[in-house]
Amino acid sequence: MPQLDINGKTVAVETDLDRSLLSLLRDDLDLTGSKYGCGEGQCGACTVLIDEKSARSCITPVRAALGKKITTIEGLEKSGRLHPLQEAFLETEALQCGYCTSGMIMSGISLLRKNPNPPREEILRQMEGNVCRCGDYLRIVAALEKAARAIKEARK
Amino acid sequence: MPKTSAEIGGMGHSVKRKEDPRFIRGKGNYVDDIVLPDMIYMDIVRSPFAHATIKNIDTAKALATPGVLAVITGKDLAAYNLHWMPTLMSDTQMVLPVEKVMYQAQEVAAVLATDRYTAADGVDAVEVDYDPLPVVVDPFKALLPDAPILRTDKEGKKDNHIWHWEWGDKSATDQAFDEADVKVTQDIYIPRIHVASIETCGCVASFDKINGKLTVWMTTQAPHAIRTVFALVAGHVGLQEHKIQIISPDIGGGFGGKVPVYPGYVIAVAASVLTGKPVKWIEDRMENLQADSFARDYHIAAELAGKKDGTLTALRIKTVADHGYTDAAANPSKFPAGLFHICTGSYDLKAAHVEVDGVYTNKPPGGIAYRCSFRVTEAVHTIERMADLMAHEIGMDPADLRMKNFIAPDRFPYKSALGWEYDSGNYAGALKLAIDRIGYTDLRKEQAERRARGELMGIGISSFTEIVGAGPSKHFDILGLKMFDSAEIRIHPTGKVIARFGTKSQGQGHETTYAQIIAEELGIPAADIAVEEGDTDTAPYGLGTYASRSTPVAGAARAVAARKIREKAKKIAAYLLEAHEDDLDWEPGKFFVKGSPDRAKTIQEIALAAYTNHPQGMEAGLEAVSYYDPPNLTYPFGSYICVVDIDKGTGEVKVRRFMAVDDCGNIINPMIVEGQIHGGLTMGLAPALYEEIQYDESGNCLQGSFMNYLLPTAVETPAWETDKTCTPSPHHPLGAKGVGESATVGAPAAIVNAVVDALWHLGVRHIDIPITPPKVWKALRDAGVSE
Ligand code: FES
Ligand code: FES
Repeated sequence: MPQLDINGKTVAVETDLDRSLLSLLRDDLDLTGSKYGCGEGQCGACTVLIDEKSARSCITPVRAALGKKITTIEGLEKSGRLHPLQEAFLETEALQCGYCTSGMIMSGISLLRKNPNPPREEILRQMEGNVCRCGDYLRIVAALEKAARAIKEARK
Repeated sequence: MPKTSAEIGGMGHSVKRKEDPRFIRGKGNYVDDIVLPDMIYMDIVRSPFAHATIKNIDTAKALATPGVLAVITGKDLAAYNLHWMPTLMSDTQMVLPVEKVMYQAQEVAAVLATDRYTAADGVDAVEVDYDPLPVVVDPFKALLPDAPILRTDKEGKKDNHIWHWEWGDKSATDQAFDEADVKVTQDIYIPRIHVASIETCGCVASFDKINGKLTVWMTTQAPHAIRTVFALVAGHVGLQEHKIQIISPDIGGGFGGKVPVYPGYVIAVAASVLTGKPVKWIEDRMENLQADSFARDYHIAAELAGKKDGTLTALRIKTVADHGYTDAAANPSKFPAGLFHICTGSYDLKAAHVEVDGVYTNKPPGGIAYRCSFRVTEAVHTIERMADLMAHEIGMDPADLRMKNFIAPDRFPYKSALGWEYDSGNYAGALKLAIDRIGYTDLRKEQAERRARGELMGIGISSFTEIVGAGPSKHFDILGLKMFDSAEIRIHPTGKVIARFGTKSQGQGHETTYAQIIAEELGIPAADIAVEEGDTDTAPYGLGTYASRSTPVAGAARAVAARKIREKAKKIAAYLLEAHEDDLDWEPGKFFVKGSPDRAKTIQEIALAAYTNHPQGMEAGLEAVSYYDPPNLTYPFGSYICVVDIDKGTGEVKVRRFMAVDDCGNIINPMIVEGQIHGGLTMGLAPALYEEIQYDESGNCLQGSFMNYLLPTAVETPAWETDKTCTPSPHHPLGAKGVGESATVGAPAAIVNAVVDALWHLGVRHIDIPITPPKVWKALRDAGVSE
């Protein structure tokens, strides 16, 4: 049976491999932190990491994730410790209704993994695919910058 | 300065939002996250035509699809007389059609299946035979005598006109226009847009056959009103109000789009009653954009009269309001055009007259607010554009013209020419602060220099007045339900609190701000106060959260309920301290004997006594309920200044700076208020520059997905600069006014005014929103500007 590596756990999947990863996560695996916003790759609410890179799970077939490491928002907190970007979202209050938040955080983390010290332009480029209708992008960008600083501090 | 300590966290403290820890972990509980045992799924067949007769619906193939359980059509609902329902404006709306469809994407049938993909396959397998009818898209054409009549269901209906509404003194207005030195006239179209919350709409309906109880988890901003509507629509088939529970869990953005009762909800309820199973229905993005309520779509013809010295005297407006095929607006019943008659804005006009005509077309219904209070954006946009036109016309600086015409602070409470009683304001104060903060004078100098070099830079102002917190029961109701709101506060023996409300947060942070208000009034730490909303079985009846009414109305209810508790607490304290009530003083968190602060009882001690040692003859317990009927609306205001640069080659508008000064009265949580303003500004930028939903001649929706309905992202959003003045509301128990929508209301006019300001010297007088590069490009080429 095909297997997926989700948040560090191996999960056997008995499903149509052309189905979207988002629906598998939400409907079959009860990982509802990733959200449906458009189903056509335009809003970013469904963003997860596949091998450290952000991916729109709504347009990613399960097949494309086989043999790769998938991380969802549920997989970030490690032994009671939040990811620095989650902390930064809390501190800067970079969310309102919270519906886009998982996707925002996952997109942001993929950038921080690629470049722990991204300039503002790179942050904007990365976050362009994530829509927040509540609209406080200033704080979302500020949260990314704050997390980048925190990560740098922690490395010292 | 906050009156309470940071530990208590009353008003004025930036208490951290209680809802955030679950959201940043992906642990929010939104409707689509709810799964019930044995749940089945519903999907909807929608019409490809904007107007067509339904000749036949063949469900055989769909029913033969493995996993498909049932197909529901209009005929099935008609058997129970459930195929039509009332709209919030007392018009009628189809749940599922029997004879014809009236707009593209209208619900035609519903398929029930074991999972959502099978339901979608079932939808594809339903065969509908349509006979297309002539389509009316343009509201002006809809009013022509030879236009096809759309609402043939309404007996004797001979045209597509819904209603005519007018307000104000016509003859005084006409006379002021006759006497005016200067008049400016402008047609302004405020296009159809969509709130497009990132969470689409949907529900899980679960009917328990044994107990006859219906529970619906639903994306709704107004759960109690929905419960009553359901009981009115389906009472005759046995669904009565005490057997209906509406639960509004976490909501992924509302902005007005989750106020109406969409057919999908009603069909899902019917499906659950019919099958006896829980039914989940969640729309996809295309259904959301194409079928759910739109906002705006006002064709406005405005005229403003004044004197040569810049004194504004009168305003005259005629508007055609395109409502789609039914009037499903969410307005207070008395006001079919909402609060559009706040259109005299911040200015002391002698006279004004407004006419609005509602029209049916082959488009989806709506007329909801887009993060605003009942057509206030339309009103603000009109008066702020007209004031700017007048300023430019007579060669006066738009800031000076505003300063000259503002209602002076000593005129409040101020009765406007259209009859509103503004509670408080200091408009000049807000504009002055915005001018100073942005460096207006220097910007004007810079603009002149740039213009001399052939560069296009514009500065736009919007000094808006809102009208929120509907509303006093004398004038405000929805379907007869008066627009009060409610609070219930219960103090437990250990001094901790549960508080419940008739409103429903969709991102505004009610769990936090509501706790802060109670903390302010009772001195109990906000952290010790649990706030619950959105469950009609437990919360007191309320009209819900929209039109910035939560703080003005429910916020006041909370303060009043808390004060009732404090009264009783005082009696208990007097008993415990063996003192007379009149000899007690209050400071946040305790009563003490005047002059001897050591003789004190904390609110927690009093709470315990209320259950363990209360005075004989007094009822035990410490709780209160309030249904607050506001004496007036509140009138938040602000002044925004926007600076744009325009690319002559492409016509692209770049917002270089945007200074927003807001005044929402006393502030509950500054951090949340700032976030609301940032977000509101982004949602004001959106219709100003990007968003519009259009239809072709055949009624096909041209912006029906996120591929072509473009929402601003971090890239498009400028670095908002914000500041505030504070003019408390005199009639609100906390002096608060409401803030969630101000920025969305005020921002578009500032942006348009800046664009026109940049182009005025080229002969450009107006550009309708959204101001897209092609529109500006064309205006530039028409003006003979080369690239
Ligand atoms: S749901 Fe995947 S991008 Fe919108
Ligand atoms: S917080 Fe509501 S969509 Fe981003």
